Amino acid sequence: MRRVSSDRIIALAMLTPSVIAIAIFVYGFIGFTGFSSFTNWNSLVPDFSTVGWRNYERLFSAIPTDRFLLDLRNTVSFTILFLIACIVLGFLLAVLLDQRVKGEGIFRSIFLFPMAISFIVTGVVWRWLLNPGTVQTGSSGVNLLFEKIGLGFLRWGWFTDPTIWHIKPDTGLGQFLVGIGLDGIASPYFGVPVAIFSLVIAATWQMSGYTMAMFLAGLRGIPEELREAARVDGANEIQIYRHVIIPLLQPITLSAVIVLGHISLKIFDLVVSMTGPGPAFATDVPAFFMWDTTFRGNNFAQGAAIATILLVSVAVLIVPYLINTMRTEAEL
Amino acid sequence: MTAQTQTRKPIRASRIAIYAALFLAAAFYLLPVYVLFITGMKSFQEVNLSRMWDLPSGFHFDSYITAWFGSEKESITGLAGNFMNSIYLAIPATLFSAVLGSLNGYVLAKWKFRGSNILFPLMLFGMFIPYQSILIPLVQVLKNMSLYGSIQGLIFVHVVYGIPITTLIFRNYFAEIPTELIEAAKIDGAGILGIYRHILFPISMPGFVVVMIWQFQSIWNDFLFGVIVTSRPTVQPMTVALNNMAGSYVVQWNVQMAGALIAALPTLLVFIFLGRYFMRGLLAGSLKG
Amino acid sequence: MSRNMRWAIVLCLALIILSIVIACAPAPTPAPTAAPPTAAPKPVARGKLEMFSWWTAGGEADGLNAMYDIYKKTYPTVDIVNATVAGGAGTNAKAVLATRLSGGDPPDSFQLHAGLEVESYAPDKYLQPLDALYTSEGLDKAFPKDLLTLLKYQDHYWGMPVNIHRANVLWYNKKIFTDNNLQPPKTWDEFYKVADTLKAKNIVPLVIGTKEGWEAGHTFETVLIASLGADGYRGLWTGKTQWTDPKVTQALETYKKVMTYVNTDHSALTWDAAAQYLVDGKGAMHIMGDWTDGWFTSKKFTGYGWAPAPGTTGVFDALSDSFAATKGAKNQDNLMNWLKLAGSKAGQEAFNPKKGSICARTDCDPKLFNEYLQSAMKDWSSNAIVPSVAHGAAAVEKWATVYKDILNSFATKGDVAAAQKSLQQVCVDNKMCK
Repeated sequence: MRRVSSDRIIALAMLTPSVIAIAIFVYGFIGFTGFSSFTNWNSLVPDFSTVGWRNYERLFSAIPTDRFLLDLRNTVSFTILFLIACIVLGFLLAVLLDQRVKGEGIFRSIFLFPMAISFIVTGVVWRWLLNPGTVQTGSSGVNLLFEKIGLGFLRWGWFTDPTIWHIKPDTGLGQFLVGIGLDGIASPYFGVPVAIFSLVIAATWQMSGYTMAMFLAGLRGIPEELREAARVDGANEIQIYRHVIIPLLQPITLSAVIVLGHISLKIFDLVVSMTGPGPAFATDVPAFFMWDTTFRGNNFAQGAAIATILLVSVAVLIVPYLINTMRTEAEL
Repeated sequence: MTAQTQTRKPIRASRIAIYAALFLAAAFYLLPVYVLFITGMKSFQEVNLSRMWDLPSGFHFDSYITAWFGSEKESITGLAGNFMNSIYLAIPATLFSAVLGSLNGYVLAKWKFRGSNILFPLMLFGMFIPYQSILIPLVQVLKNMSLYGSIQGLIFVHVVYGIPITTLIFRNYFAEIPTELIEAAKIDGAGILGIYRHILFPISMPGFVVVMIWQFQSIWNDFLFGVIVTSRPTVQPMTVALNNMAGSYVVQWNVQMAGALIAALPTLLVFIFLGRYFMRGLLAGSLKG
Repeated sequence: MSRNMRWAIVLCLALIILSIVIACAPAPTPAPTAAPPTAAPKPVARGKLEMFSWWTAGGEADGLNAMYDIYKKTYPTVDIVNATVAGGAGTNAKAVLATRLSGGDPPDSFQLHAGLEVESYAPDKYLQPLDALYTSEGLDKAFPKDLLTLLKYQDHYWGMPVNIHRANVLWYNKKIFTDNNLQPPKTWDEFYKVADTLKAKNIVPLVIGTKEGWEAGHTFETVLIASLGADGYRGLWTGKTQWTDPKVTQALETYKKVMTYVNTDHSALTWDAAAQYLVDGKGAMHIMGDWTDGWFTSKKFTGYGWAPAPGTTGVFDALSDSFAATKGAKNQDNLMNWLKLAGSKAGQEAFNPKKGSICARTDCDPKLFNEYLQSAMKDWSSNAIVPSVAHGAAAVEKWATVYKDILNSFATKGDVAAAQKSLQQVCVDNKMCK
């Protein structure tokens, strides 16, 4: 009996350093950041006098600067496009690889290797690949490649293009929206910055191998009998995918959405190395803004407010997922 | 016979389509690699942006030499020192994380106590947080611990924030080991440490490999902690130095490309030689896979 | 089992190697050991001097090196650590600097713009006042009065100014102008005419690079000066002129129109990459500070001319680079020697011709300077002097940052009313406007 209890104490002792570290460095620090976001600490010297929600109010107002509102637009655009691209591409590649192709291992490695690379490397490389060049200096990068293979019409400004795709207030739909008082939707705040596509391409290049691997593992886990049964029922291959396989892959899709979604909300390195904030903040994201305003502008309280918003948005995505995972595990 | 060839034909067509699609996709993934390699091979006379896609005239390693050693004349600082910084950072931090993770995983898998089912997800949450939300106090605390601005400080940070993922991987690894094995050892009089040393540790090598690969690549590839914790160019890890190099207009793009390839090399080699374990870590990173 | 044991041995070995690596590898190179205990005849300056800047290339780096050379000749045993972080007007460097200051790991000296920018470095806490040095070196007489006023913050001097730059210069490619029989425009109305002619010839009339976020603000401040005049412009930063003034509206309208004449790839370019257009003969004009002169020289380009930016003749939009002394600097004596050199005639005469700026001191020998700089020296003594906002002189950093952000957005959005409202609001936030 004594033996068991002393073992228990040792077990706790083994765990304690990590628990304390996490308690301080994760939860304690989050608490400190949350507190800082309500203070007046907007210079190099700490000032902990509280100012209520002022730092948050400033973020969400368009005057004098609407940078954070633009960041929200960019993050939403980026997340949606990035998720769609990764899931569609990853799924297609997994399906192709599942057709008993020769050299499957090599293909799989080719699709996966970008995962092993730093976002900084990806950013540096794609920055030069997507560098548009100009009328005066001639095209460069992918634009030049398009020119060479006779697809010159595909040239465009990539991450230097300041255009925002949005509903124009002078179109029919725009006028309707203005008419019912929703003119905000017909403004550039509810649009997709064209420059963000360049980031999406680079991020998809890096992360789609991950969805491919997950889907491939999922496809391999579907028993052949199920497909056979569907074939016997007269379904063709496309129908089998639509009605049998895709529904079975739904849990995997959900975890992919959550894992990639939280990566996308946190995206930072790629923006730093590839585009920076971009023309009129077209590729600016909250994580970058936080870094910029905190460590370049010394606006610690404002940075803390952005960090807190970022944390809450990630938590909304992750916490239910964590709880669910733990619960299913407990049931097993 | 004729009937057979007829049924084969459409199959072949679809096969060709499958391979065509796969090759097209492979081209997309390999495009940057192609540019990286040929740019690195080119001599300085050849590295015009308008000749980006042309093959090099021969083997020149000028870009790599400049990226690695720097160039006094053009005031480019080489990446050699930063590469070594990353080594001195990633190897110890990886080993520490792995040891810590295996101990935690062992306790959480085999010595469950009341509340451990709540403690574990609370620890896990630490791997999903945006690190922006802890950076401000982190700088202050590291400063007070006299760890700020040094590689040791960075090692410490990576070990602390590596706890959740390493614990997760080891916990899942140890969970699969039959509890009967432990119970039998207990009956033989082995204690918690004895069981770890003589039973679990010897069979946990694959777990160590998975964790170490995962940690090595995420520490090597990290930028945010590097840029916040180390501000002196001489102690900065590779990714930070590469980003600085790319942010400077004096550095020609071919040198940046060569630098990028050097920065990617260690993790790429790990991927090529230990890809199987890399995959396992990857799937563990998404909790269930 | 035995195979697993082998693994275990490997791991143990790895752990041992690890501890060795940690024990020796990352230790910073030890500082050179102090003079041997045997009595040294003369106190010789030893150790290091860490100077932090974002001058990594071109004329700026050459100028800094010229000053280092003098320093090394005087103090050969001091090891100069030239800590640089690349990136335009120092946006990257400032982030590093702020973390180093607040992280208790300051460089001995760093580069900052003279003027209200110093406020953002919390000088009370992180910098040493240099008043004593100014007196002992007789600097309060060597620098012009306007500059001394600009340098003072909370009644102290916090930096050693090494130079004066002019922000409102129009650089142009001479050959393009003579080939097309054009004169550099003196007003914005003239500019449009010139620009239309050039545009028709497929030459970019005005080049600009807005990659680093301050360049749009830089160009716009010259437009503001053109629209409001020197006094009106100065008043914007002290609350005498309101940003709601119709002349500000006019400046925004002008700027919006000007942006239709610029290169389309501006958001991908830094200022120097944009200036390359002029070197290549593909762009005609560039509004940029006079560090461009040093940059052209370092590129061995001579076919350029200069004029005040349109509408700003007779106004000198000034900024000054200075070196600060950090509190808790690790090499105090070496630092003071460095700042003395930076303020001295010899130091400034070595630095400025290369950097492409004029001396902060008034007693520099004009013969050392090139044609452009001689003309700038003349203007400096006769023109109305106004402080630049994009380069830290006119307003505190917080104001200047938001100002630049507003202009950056405006450059692509072109919403005059919103921009003006924002500019007024940030003035109110900084308690200058009502």
